[in-house]
Amino acid sequence: MHAFDFTATDNVNQALRLATADSAFLAGGTTLVDLMKLDVMTPRRVIDINGLDLHGITVGHNGLRIGAMARMADVATNPEVTRRYPVIAQALLLSASGQVRNMASVGGNLLQRTRCDYFRDVTTPCNKRTPGSGCPAQTGENRNHAILGTSTACVATHPSDLAVALVALGASVRLRSRDRTREIALDQFYRLPGDTPHLENRLRPGELITDVLVPALPWARRSTYLKIRDRSSFEFALTSAAVALDLRDGRVHSARIAVGGVGTRPWRLTVVEDALCGRRPTPENVQAAAARAADGARPLAHNAFKVTLIQRTITRAVLGLVRR
Amino acid sequence: MTTDGLSRRGFFGAAAAASAGTVVAGAATAEASAPPGENRVTVTVNGVRRELTVDPRVTLLDALRERLGLTGTKKGCDRGQCGACTVHVDGRRVVSCLTLVASVHRKEITTVEGLADGDELNPVQRAFIEHDAFQCGFCTSGQLMSAVAVLHEDRAHSDGEVREAMSGNICRCGAYPNIVAAIQQARGEM
Repeated sequence: MHAFDFTATDNVNQALRLATADSAFLAGGTTLVDLMKLDVMTPRRVIDINGLDLHGITVGHNGLRIGAMARMADVATNPEVTRRYPVIAQALLLSASGQVRNMASVGGNLLQRTRCDYFRDVTTPCNKRTPGSGCPAQTGENRNHAILGTSTACVATHPSDLAVALVALGASVRLRSRDRTREIALDQFYRLPGDTPHLENRLRPGELITDVLVPALPWARRSTYLKIRDRSSFEFALTSAAVALDLRDGRVHSARIAVGGVGTRPWRLTVVEDALCGRRPTPENVQAAAARAADGARPLAHNAFKVTLIQRTITRAVLGLVRR
Repeated sequence: MTTDGLSRRGFFGAAAAASAGTVVAGAATAEASAPPGENRVTVTVNGVRRELTVDPRVTLLDALRERLGLTGTKKGCDRGQCGACTVHVDGRRVVSCLTLVASVHRKEITTVEGLADGDELNPVQRAFIEHDAFQCGFCTSGQLMSAVAVLHEDRAHSDGEVREAMSGNICRCGAYPNIVAAIQQARGEM
């Protein structure tokens, strides 16, 4: 681990003042400390923000507000979140392990880095870690990599389950810098790799996520997160689907669908939503709609199975909700 | 450990100290401020206040084992994936290998050494013995700390739920069925 100086603060303004071009904020540490041990992240200054008063979880007429420092475990077991936005609670409970969920913050979860082994190994080229050095995953080990949103520079999957659930629900994040506070839709927050895979999101240097805001959506009570993976727990997704359904008179009035495990960013699928709307959610109709998820997919040598698996994941998630 | 209570760690530590002429880890720091690049950290471990002066890179795991001589907590993967390093921070289970000790300044830490009450084992410890829930024992400290937390959280009840709740602790010897049985027994005694 490279050396750094460590400081802690319980004041947002102080945290922003302390930030430098080569500093990092420390929340749960489950991404930062992990990657510092691998020398993938090498901040010269670490600013411990665990004391910041950003832990609240509040539900009101405007929807749900989650402080960026709220722990995954606390959001996952919050009764209101479980009742009104089960897709969020499920996405969190299906993530990580009990210990990691106790440590990890919501903000940090959204900013976690890819699990690509080339990214995590400083002895291999990686355009995300070292721009211009190359992308071994294009032709190497890419079973866990993306089929949507890829480029010739990067095919790394975005690993967060929570981000998929939040993107499905149209959530946004509030960002604070020394000069101002702004809000941005989470779907806009994440960037495609293009030819700048080292730029993953729109967070500016010295900016802090303070809150996650989820709009009020009464029919989000009928929502679910389905995660498909090799092991039954403590593993990232091969494919996953966050689904919310507004069923009226036996038809899908509205739907929200986003998928994980397959995109270089959390992937909202309005084409699948549109294909479902107005229809009866029969297995045939749902499968036909889910087939649209494969539009534009670019499989790699070892992950072509994801093209079929993601369609089935969506289908199972939707039909599971319909049966409730 | 030898019959006269000397461990390898104790032997080498004493030998190194003798040749270096310095005091071995765990001594309380003096009133002077920390050297440049180091942080003073105060933690309460198993009810005892401990003061450390550390390079910020020191993890809670290494601080417990190397500075405080509490070697019950084990280093398995050192990347948060095996759970052998599980301890409680302010009553919640965490993996200590991904915790910078500087970030738990003024917090209460419980390790496996803090589970028993003197010679009286914690119900979870007794249940592990009764159900043969360990073989080599390397994962066991972490399993115990995780199990105690799972029982306190009181959300996992069926065997399946317990297995899921304990999924952050792996056991190469495969003692899982007995670990689950031990936890279920201990639940009745908590």
